[in-house]
Amino acid sequence: MNALEVAASVRAGATSAVAVVAESLERVAARNEELNVFVHLDAEGALAAAARVDERVATGEAMPLAGVPVALKDNLCVRGQPTTAGSRILAGWRPPYDATVVERLAAAGAVALGKVNMDEFAMGSSTETSAYGPTRNPLDPTRVPGGSSGGSAAAVAAGMVPVALGSDTGGSIRQPAALCGLVGVKPTYGLVSRYGLIAFASSLDQIGPFAATVAEAALVLQVIAGHDPLDTTSLPEPAPELSAHLDDGVAGRRVGLCRELVEGAEPEVVASVHRAAEVLAGAGATVEEVSIPELKLGLSAYYLIAPAEASSNLARYDGVRYGLRVDGADVEAMNVATRTVGFGDEVKRRVMLGTYALSAGYYDAYYGQALKVRTRMIEAFARAYARVDTLLGATAPSVAFALGAKTKDPLAMYLSDVFTIPTNLAGEAAVSVPFGTGEAGLPIGVQLLGPARSEARLLAAARVLEAEAGR
Amino acid sequence: MSLPEGWEMVVGLEVHTELLTRTKLFCGCANAFGAEPNTQTCPVCLGLPGSLPVLNRRAVELAMAIGLALHATVSPSTFHRKNYFYPDMPKDFQISQYDRPINAGGYLDLPDGSRVGIERAHLEEDTGKSTHLGGSGRIHGAERSLVDYNRSGVPLVEIVSAPDIRSAAQARAYAAELRGILIATGASDGRMEEGSMRIDANVSVHRVGEPFGTRCEMKNLNSLRSLQRAIDYEAERQYALVASGGVVRQETRHWDEDRGVTSTMRSKEEADDYRYFQEPDLVDLAPEASWVEAVRAGLGPMPAERRARLAALLAEPTEAQLDAVGTVVDLGVDGFVEAAVAAGVEADRAIARAANELAGDPEERPGLTGESFAATLRLEQTGDLSATQAKTVLSTIALSGGDPATVARELGFERMAADELEGLLERLIAEHPDEWRRYDEGDDKLAQFFTGQVMRATRGQADGKVVLDLLRARRG
Repeated sequence: MNALEVAASVRAGATSAVAVVAESLERVAARNEELNVFVHLDAEGALAAAARVDERVATGEAMPLAGVPVALKDNLCVRGQPTTAGSRILAGWRPPYDATVVERLAAAGAVALGKVNMDEFAMGSSTETSAYGPTRNPLDPTRVPGGSSGGSAAAVAAGMVPVALGSDTGGSIRQPAALCGLVGVKPTYGLVSRYGLIAFASSLDQIGPFAATVAEAALVLQVIAGHDPLDTTSLPEPAPELSAHLDDGVAGRRVGLCRELVEGAEPEVVASVHRAAEVLAGAGATVEEVSIPELKLGLSAYYLIAPAEASSNLARYDGVRYGLRVDGADVEAMNVATRTVGFGDEVKRRVMLGTYALSAGYYDAYYGQALKVRTRMIEAFARAYARVDTLLGATAPSVAFALGAKTKDPLAMYLSDVFTIPTNLAGEAAVSVPFGTGEAGLPIGVQLLGPARSEARLLAAARVLEAEAGR
Repeated sequence: MSLPEGWEMVVGLEVHTELLTRTKLFCGCANAFGAEPNTQTCPVCLGLPGSLPVLNRRAVELAMAIGLALHATVSPSTFHRKNYFYPDMPKDFQISQYDRPINAGGYLDLPDGSRVGIERAHLEEDTGKSTHLGGSGRIHGAERSLVDYNRSGVPLVEIVSAPDIRSAAQARAYAAELRGILIATGASDGRMEEGSMRIDANVSVHRVGEPFGTRCEMKNLNSLRSLQRAIDYEAERQYALVASGGVVRQETRHWDEDRGVTSTMRSKEEADDYRYFQEPDLVDLAPEASWVEAVRAGLGPMPAERRARLAALLAEPTEAQLDAVGTVVDLGVDGFVEAAVAAGVEADRAIARAANELAGDPEERPGLTGESFAATLRLEQTGDLSATQAKTVLSTIALSGGDPATVARELGFERMAADELEGLLERLIAEHPDEWRRYDEGDDKLAQFFTGQVMRATRGQADGKVVLDLLRARRG
């Protein structure tokens, strides 16, 4: 089920949105119990929304995503629908408003089936920290789908929906896309409105698409991108033209194979990246090896900045206004009891880490230092982009790993994002595209990175790799 | 006054003022006082998950107006999060400004000629409002707490003075003058009773010539009177403590207006670590120079200038007249005085009537205009109305409007002819021979007796001054 074909067919009246959505719901029903993808399925609402799309089609409205079923990561607010961010502390909460991306998808004719699983508050790389149980990788249910947007990736990989939205704070779109054999885009910071995205780390979070193909991902991104007056950090311009540039190719492009973005990866992953470099060179790009040593500092800076912001963003879950409340003798005791019961271990770990990093007497040594590293990283990327226009590396160090393999060792889990984090710190763009396979025939993702607003170029390069891989 | 020779108090004030914007600082909810609880809220000011702040342009303008009126420099600034848990703060952090405030470095000149430095005047959001039931009325020990988030996200400017104030009276004068400036800029209504202007006072005492003492911060100062009383009390408390060999602990203290004392709220050791960091959901605020200059150009005259302007209308103003000038400016009714003077009313009379008769809420005198105020005072000046009648006409017009002469006629106020009064006086003298004899022998107090009798007989329509003249003329 390809989103472009679905939309064309629905627009042409060859099929109805209701029929498409009904089929999609059947696919969900077939595998959801096994994989634990949807944490909230709104079948009735989706069919009603599909019927409205059909009415709009009948009036001649040309919608780019007419009748396309989508899955939404459970940190995206949908009016009246349970939205938990994978946390017990938000169990039962129904937002009174829609996220901007949700509105834009609906305006474009897409039909949201419901909310899909994620690591709690997007803190994790395997979708195992969810309060609602782990999601399994559709390609091998003994393995994780990656995370934190594991539900979004699994929904597409299992064929339940052609496209899904996730969010990427340190790799949470690209890494699960890689582990599930999908295209995932982390857009430039500010390209997509964050209004209605439950914040993890505000200066790093971006919403982006998952799809089986580059063209589908590009279309969805184009629909959700563009300035939003409700998000002060959103870029001031309208959405860029992406679909029109998909076949621009890479002739004349300068690609830098980045040493720090493959170091430590499994041999098959490294081999895939090198093979990708050859393909790009074969398509007319000049490829050179580059080194950006500052990227190695990314992980440690990230694990101060993201938790620091999270410690503040998650303070509001105090039991006073919504979500879980566990009673206590007084307000403070109630706050503590609620948060103790409501948050899982990984969230608590990061809230404590972030609180500490911002505390008087420690700020300069930790958070302040991390901000300096971040600035250095931005400068280092800028120097690299003065020489090349695209960087190439791995998305994740390995293929999908087994459930439980890293849950006992947070640091090992954190290393899953070592190649993806630098892009978030710099506020730039990156795409993960499936290229090659590794252990047990599982997919490998290679990562294309570019400066801010380089999505069109990155997607065109991804398209070249995709074509080579035979899709 | 309160401290012995050789000792002085050091006071710095933090004044929070709500801005008179139509909407809140970061969302489109109405910024209005007194609505049903929790009816003026949205995902943003309730801090719901996923919501994001968008800065209110008008609030920035008013903040700049305050800064410029206080001779501060408007600079590029940033917003920070001040993190602490409190039920009436929906995000459990307050968006405020920290190391880069919008306004820094200014001063305020007081009517007595002293100058108080202004360290900064920054933008921040207000919290909701808690009501604690049971216990002491404070959060600790309360049985239940109710929260109203209508105030959550209302724009505030916090104006921090330098520690330049040396007496409670000076602190009061500073707060009063600042209030006048806030009203003059259009930034605030200055209503302390509604909480739209709130003051915290930092007080310490020391021996002159020695370093400043440890300070305590006073909260719950809900009126200028509370401010002055609390500072005097606190300075005396600290002096007594130090004089008896004790040590002042740095702490936050609560002023109890009924008992007239301050008591510990929380000590420094319990103080929160606010973990300030830059607000990632907002971008830097860098007003263009042309915008700053437009705000500067739009500032009207400040109270000091307006007082000088009114005082210049008086030949040799007395202390009482200057007080009245100050009152007129505080009330913001200079316009009425100027209209009356332009219409030929004596400045003294115009200022006195404006100061005394226009003290209420402007909304309570919708019918009164500068023109009708001036016309009423002219009728008084020409003797067509007595002072009492003039005041009655003013209060009548205030409610229902109208032309003063017509209103006076409708009220039955007619100028009493002098011969009519003469006849009345003759009769009164005949009815009260003893009183007349005493007055005639020089007891001036009896003049009041006769004036009062005349007023009663004429239901206040006689002109007191004319009656006095007639009495004097009849004296032997």
